[in-house]
Amino acid sequence: MKKTSLIKQIVMFAGFGVLVAACAPKEEALKSGYDWAIPETQAMQDDDFSNPAFMWVDIGNDEWSKTDGEAGKSCADCHGADGSSMKGKSNMYPVYNKDDKKLRSIQDEVNNCRTNRMKAKAWKWESDQMLGMAAFIRTQSRDMPINVAVDGDAAPFFEAGKEFYETRRGGLDMACTHCHVDFPGVKIRANVLTNGLGNGFPTYRLKWQKIGSLHRRFRGCNKNIRAQPFKQGSDEYTNLELYLNHRAKGVMNESPSVRN
Amino acid sequence: MAKKPRVKVPKSAKKGEQIQIKTLISHKMETGTRKNKKTGKLIPRMIINTFSCSFNGKELLKATLHPSVAANPYFAFYAKATESGTFDFVWTDDAGKTVSASSKMTVA
Ligand code: HEC
Ligand code: HEC
Repeated sequence: MKKTSLIKQIVMFAGFGVLVAACAPKEEALKSGYDWAIPETQAMQDDDFSNPAFMWVDIGNDEWSKTDGEAGKSCADCHGADGSSMKGKSNMYPVYNKDDKKLRSIQDEVNNCRTNRMKAKAWKWESDQMLGMAAFIRTQSRDMPINVAVDGDAAPFFEAGKEFYETRRGGLDMACTHCHVDFPGVKIRANVLTNGLGNGFPTYRLKWQKIGSLHRRFRGCNKNIRAQPFKQGSDEYTNLELYLNHRAKGVMNESPSVRN
Repeated sequence: MAKKPRVKVPKSAKKGEQIQIKTLISHKMETGTRKNKKTGKLIPRMIINTFSCSFNGKELLKATLHPSVAANPYFAFYAKATESGTFDFVWTDDAGKTVSASSKMTVA
């Protein structure tokens, strides 16, 4: 009998702790996945040369000045010879777009320029060119804080992303929060859980042995709990990306990162 | 091996100085032990099996690679700067395909 009441007390006490934690002002930025990575993985990311993702940044850099499509234009013709005009931009994405009446990710902007302004073929989301270009563009804003707008026209999309993040789904009936909010720093099988942020994407994942998009990671995290994954570039994942980048507010962009 | 290899050699060095050389090449390094998930058949081995570096035509380093090496092999090694010249790097895969790169260094 005494045992149960003790457990009850502990539960109540723990519950109180959670309440206090929830009420505490949350000003500090969350930690990047980098902070939980093992030193060997961090070292790989620290040196742009040993970071294999830079092979894709090189692809993006090459594509930047390549003429393609019926308009006979290259990105460089409109955006300048190097990528520096993109400085600071990717950290604000996804953004609401008036023509589309929904959010646009950086990849959407790239394909919009390719199809409408260059009259060239759209790139597939997970192609070497698109990953390379996304990494090339995002690298221009490296070491600058992630800073998305979630008010105004973006608000409903932000809410949709937040709801996705907090909704239980799949055979394991889990939401993103159950891992990335409740248990950062705790081991789950061979992985240490992090805040699950997108500040390093596209990322070179050692498991993938190549660079991959944030939406590919979403698919993985959906599949791991036996939930139906959505398509890369889908509205669901783009809204989710906005919510995730809001969570990452103030965290430095470290794209392209290296993760295990 | 579609992408350009990445090579880092100092442009100049002092005589007798120890210099670091780094290389990185994109390659899937298919081990030969993985199965195609749909057909159940083994995916044939396809790895870079040899990497070499020579300086002014003389071999400096030769490495034999095996299937446990991860995709996109990275090498870092050291050499002593003796004279100005050219480093040549060659990667060879199981299909006999080679990719090469070279890099000049002046020694003062
Ligand atoms: C014909 C000119 C033209 C070409 C070619 C072009 N763009 Fe754009 N791009 C624009 C314009 C105009 C905008 C809208 C800028 C704005 O709204 O301030 C834009 C917007 C963007 C944006 C959104 C961020 C921003 O600057 O507003 C990205 C990212 C982008 N382009 C990438 C690319 C890439 C990558 C290529 C090559 C594959 C490319 N663009 C080719 C004209 C071009
Ligand atoms: C069962 C636990 C679990 C759930 C639920 C889960 N994830 Fe993850 N996620 C992981 C693990 C494990 C990793 C790898 C370690 C880490 O970064 O946390 C990971 C990594 C990530 C990363 C990469 C972080 C980085 O720094 O590269 C992102 C982004 C992410 N998850 C987003 C999500 C989103 C969005 C959801 C909900 C759709 C979700 N995760 C649900 C376990 C989970």
